[in-house]
Amino acid sequence: MMRKQQTFSRGLSDKVRKSKAAPEIQKNPFEVKINRKKFDVLGRKSKHDVGLPGVSRSRAIQKRKDTLLKEFRLKDKNNTFIDRRFGEYDSKLTPEEKILQRFTLERQRTQDRKDMYNLNEEEELTHYGQSLAEMEKMTDVIDSDSDSEEKGLLSAELTATHFGGGGGLLRKKSAGDEEEEHKPRSRQELIEELIFKSKQEKRERQTQKEEAQELTEKLDQEWKSIQNLLAHKTPKAERTDETDKPKLDQYDMMVRELGFEMKAQPSEKLKSAEELAREERQRLQTLEADRLKRMMGDAEEDAVQTNTHVSADDMNDGFILDGDDRKTLAYKDGKWNIEGEEEEKEDEDGDEEGGEEEDEDDEDDAEGEDDEEEEGEDDEEDDADEDHCDLQSDEGSEDEDGQGAEEEQLCAEEPPAVSEEQKKAAQEAARAELPYTFPAPESYSDLKQLLQGHGSEQQRLILDRTLKCNHPSLSAGNKAKLQKLFGFLLEYVGDLATQNPPDLRTVSALIPQICGLCQMFPEAACKAVQTLLSDSGHSMEETLEVKGRAPMPDLDMLVLLKITALLFPSSDFRHPVTTPAFLFLSQALTRCAVVSLEDVCKGLVLCCLALEYVSLSQRIFPELLNFLLGLLHLTVSDKHNMGTAVCVCVCVCVCVCVSVSQVFLNQCRISILLCVDLIITLLCDLHREILDAIPEKPSQHAPLVFKKKKPIPLKLFTPKIVQILDYGKKRGNTKEEKERERLKHKYKREFKGALREIRKDTRFLAREKLSDVMSRDAERKRKVKELYGSLATQEGEWKALKRKNRK
Amino acid sequence: MASSTDSNVKGENSQVSYKKYINTKTDRVLQSKKHANDIFDVIEYLQSEKDKEVIFATNACSKVFCQLFYRGDLYVGDLPEEEDLVNGDRSAEEKYRIFMRHRYSNCVELLLENIGHKAFQVKETSLCALMKFVAAEGKHPLQNLDEHYNFPRELLQTLVEHLLSEKEDMSLLISRFQEFLEMDDVRYYVMSSVRDNIYRVMGRNKKAVIPVYQNNVFTLLSTINVPSEASKMKHFLVRQDCKFEHKRAFEQMWLVFLKFKLPSNMYKKILVILHESIMPQMSDPTLLIDFLSAAYDIGGAISLLSLNGLFILIHKHNLDYPDFYKKLYSLLDPSIFHVKYRARFFHLVNIFLSSTHLPAYLVAAFVKRFARLSLTAPPTSLLILLPFICNLIRRHPSCRVLIHRPSTAEEPCDDPYVMEEEDPAQCHALESSLWEIKTLQKHYHPDVAKAAMKINEPLTEQEDDISELLELSTFELMERELKAERKTIPLEFDTATELLKSSREVLGVHFSLE
Repeated sequence: MMRKQQTFSRGLSDKVRKSKAAPEIQKNPFEVKINRKKFDVLGRKSKHDVGLPGVSRSRAIQKRKDTLLKEFRLKDKNNTFIDRRFGEYDSKLTPEEKILQRFTLERQRTQDRKDMYNLNEEEELTHYGQSLAEMEKMTDVIDSDSDSEEKGLLSAELTATHFGGGGGLLRKKSAGDEEEEHKPRSRQELIEELIFKSKQEKRERQTQKEEAQELTEKLDQEWKSIQNLLAHKTPKAERTDETDKPKLDQYDMMVRELGFEMKAQPSEKLKSAEELAREERQRLQTLEADRLKRMMGDAEEDAVQTNTHVSADDMNDGFILDGDDRKTLAYKDGKWNIEGEEEEKEDEDGDEEGGEEEDEDDEDDAEGEDDEEEEGEDDEEDDADEDHCDLQSDEGSEDEDGQGAEEEQLCAEEPPAVSEEQKKAAQEAARAELPYTFPAPESYSDLKQLLQGHGSEQQRLILDRTLKCNHPSLSAGNKAKLQKLFGFLLEYVGDLATQNPPDLRTVSALIPQICGLCQMFPEAACKAVQTLLSDSGHSMEETLEVKGRAPMPDLDMLVLLKITALLFPSSDFRHPVTTPAFLFLSQALTRCAVVSLEDVCKGLVLCCLALEYVSLSQRIFPELLNFLLGLLHLTVSDKHNMGTAVCVCVCVCVCVCVSVSQVFLNQCRISILLCVDLIITLLCDLHREILDAIPEKPSQHAPLVFKKKKPIPLKLFTPKIVQILDYGKKRGNTKEEKERERLKHKYKREFKGALREIRKDTRFLAREKLSDVMSRDAERKRKVKELYGSLATQEGEWKALKRKNRK
Repeated sequence: MASSTDSNVKGENSQVSYKKYINTKTDRVLQSKKHANDIFDVIEYLQSEKDKEVIFATNACSKVFCQLFYRGDLYVGDLPEEEDLVNGDRSAEEKYRIFMRHRYSNCVELLLENIGHKAFQVKETSLCALMKFVAAEGKHPLQNLDEHYNFPRELLQTLVEHLLSEKEDMSLLISRFQEFLEMDDVRYYVMSSVRDNIYRVMGRNKKAVIPVYQNNVFTLLSTINVPSEASKMKHFLVRQDCKFEHKRAFEQMWLVFLKFKLPSNMYKKILVILHESIMPQMSDPTLLIDFLSAAYDIGGAISLLSLNGLFILIHKHNLDYPDFYKKLYSLLDPSIFHVKYRARFFHLVNIFLSSTHLPAYLVAAFVKRFARLSLTAPPTSLLILLPFICNLIRRHPSCRVLIHRPSTAEEPCDDPYVMEEEDPAQCHALESSLWEIKTLQKHYHPDVAKAAMKINEPLTEQEDDISELLELSTFELMERELKAERKTIPLEFDTATELLKSSREVLGVHFSLE
């Protein structure tokens, strides 16, 4: 009884579930179970706070009924195939034998006539087990086609009305009676109508299909008739396609063009002169700051501060003129001002030179005149001006060995002042002769051929045009060509310097091109200069090892060192080119023997170069001092041989050197004084100057103290804060660990779930079995009762008959 | 063409002829005593003008006389005069032997003369022949004085005398002679005869310097190597059993050589090999102290080199050298950075100053002096010097005041250090500061500047290793710089237009193009 009730109630709930819409159930407070939460965690979304246990249970039971119960019912009732083929499991037989045996058996079976006397019976011909006669009858091929079509149609139209529609009707009915009243037709009518409609449709479809088949057959025939014709015409059709296509393309192109057409972009505002100047100045300032940073190197950050005021000076004194980037180093003024009057004078000279670069000719003339004037003065009075010293030195050197010392001539011998018109005319004439395009030279000899036989100005022009013709933006190969050209140019410059007499004017003329090339390809330029430096350094080392002494480097090397100073910043703390150049200078000044006046001159040029290298960075160059001291001693020891001019020259250099090396040594000072005392009679003026330059007191030094360090802060015990991004998730340290942890958890959950499902299944099955048994018992009881009943009636009837009979 | 072939033929003829001639003569001499006089013709060839003939004749002579030695055809004992031979009543056999002995001595004389010949091959063959004679004489002694002591000393002595020429550089021949010096007895007698020879020659020259002779002696002496144990001596030219005091002979030979005044380059040569090849072979190296202290007093590079020997004596033989550090201090001058033996010197100075028991004033004086000298040093030396100074300060924390004196206010004062003072105790180094290193922080070479920068901060505990820097050359430094990979190459941003016109022109101020 209980059981019955239960099933009944369940059935009712099922009915409710089916009939009611899901939201309605969810709203029903009797269906809903709310899972109590222990803690309310902010920001956490839980799916399982509300459950519908009745619904889910009934769903689960239904599912089991559909699947598990069916299986259970079919259990032990399924058919099995028993393979009775001949010799299938006989391993002794070979496949051929097996097949042969089977064939014979088959034959026997077919041959085995049921009726011995029936002669008409014939052997049936088959193909793949089907009789050919049958197959011949089945002519209609499209049947299957039509079938599928019908199916598709059914599924598309009818299913909705048959099943979904039916469902809908049912629902409508169950929803309420008031709806029925609105409907004019009854349900029965509706169904009839539906059936009629479907039948009609079916008929229509049949006729359509037939028509379509006919049409296709007809089309096929027609197609066959015109197929051969079409075969010829297809190209034509294609051609028409083609004509269509270009049109389309053109249009597309047009559209695209319009789409991609460059819209007029807002151009930058035309800058005024001041703005341009400001920009330029800013650029230079950043470059300068960069240079200073590099000069300090990596280790020296604190020293930057001391130099910053310099750039501030730079801004303030307004030295930079518009568009002139060659006079940027105005802060030098500040530096040099401190050092003494003499330097200031020099500096002014230098600045003048810098300013003159633009309008060379005029200024050159003026300067030439100036110099000449100075010369005159110098000749009259024995004043020890620098230019004068140079003059003297060069005269001296010329006296002794003309050709070697020729290269170092004094400033007074400026280029002959050519009037501007003449020069221009000459230039134009030269230009007229030159072609306007040049191929980039592939080898050094090419370059030499290209340049030889032209004047320096023309050579410059040729190079200029070569560079323009072969600009890397014009062709891909040009870059490599121009990179090579730089090496050739350096070689050429070296050649110019070594030839007799050296053609330094041309070298000077080529400088802008070399600079330009260097700016274009810093790496290649760096490589080229490095190779030259290392080559000559190597050769010097070798001669040193073999002979114990080496000759002074030749003029080409001096020129290269000078060019290096022009191309690369010598003030850098470490630079791939200038640092080796420094070492080369050092080597030359320490190890090279001074045996002739020419060597002295070369040495002095090296000194000047060294000075130039360190003039901005204010670095110490011990070899320079050593060399100059040695030279002074040499001069003093045999003064008569060397001539006074050299002394003067040396002294000038010492002067400059002394002024530059702010930090300098007592020892050096003393020895200079000693030497100077010896030649005092000759050069009292210079002596005085030098004494002026040398501070009275020996340099003073503060005792050294370590740099103040920031105290190391104590360790603080603040809690370590780790940001957690995934709350409530299993955390492992590494990714693999996390993954492993996750999988373990998942497995556990699944295992539990599976176990639960299995338990539920068994419970369900037990319940079903029990209900089966109960129903069977009930049946049996009913039958027994029936039997008893019939027996009772029988008994009753019999007794009644007996009573009757007795009566 | 014809003439040349003719001359060739003639040359060949003459060659063949003299060979044939000498061969027949030697054969005849050896065949019978009748032809004894033919030996004169062979010996005559020893004085020939042509080198080939001399060589051939030398070989022939050595063959003949060795044969005669073997046969015993040379007179044994004191040799009578040749003139007496006619008068004396001796048997023909005896006469023949005396005659042959005289020829032998003639031949030896000529060969000794040939040692001073122009051509090296002649010298070499003569030397070989003479050494063969020495061996033969050892086996068949010409004087029967003592059975146990039959090494031909006189012959060897005269040979050595000729070898150590006063006029000619014999280094090639001496190096050839070296192979005979493998023999222990030869070596021993050479050593003793060299000793006598030096006495004699130097005495004759009144102790003046004779560079060529001394050079020869040095070449010979430096080739002599005495095996460390007497048991290893197994090679003998003449078989004998007596023991030699090799070490003693070796020592005496060197001491005699070093007793006399030497040219300065000879000092350098000796000092370079002294600690490696001479001192270990001497029985008592302390005897070298006179030489070493004399060398140490000479000054310059010689003093630097003598340090090595002195160090071994002080270190291993417990020698007390007064004022060693004072002298070492006075050795420090700017030239130490430029001499060839810079690496060796710094290695030694590093060892000398490695003791932590040195007084602080001394170390400070050294440090200060090195610092002062560093102002003139090339970068390669500076790269040794700066870590070296830092190491010294690390070893002697009391010298830290040189780079860190926090008590005094930062006011500049004169440097109390006295550079000219010879005595490290008097130079006030501890009161000074290493401003020189501070100056070098502005050195043009980045590595040097970085090394100098280290004194800005407290020095680390770990000492810098300077051993690998010792052999650094400027070119290596340059190579290192060139090979370093750089990402960016900064350029001069203000482009020049002319060779002598740039923003910071110095060259252009003093020179111009033409």
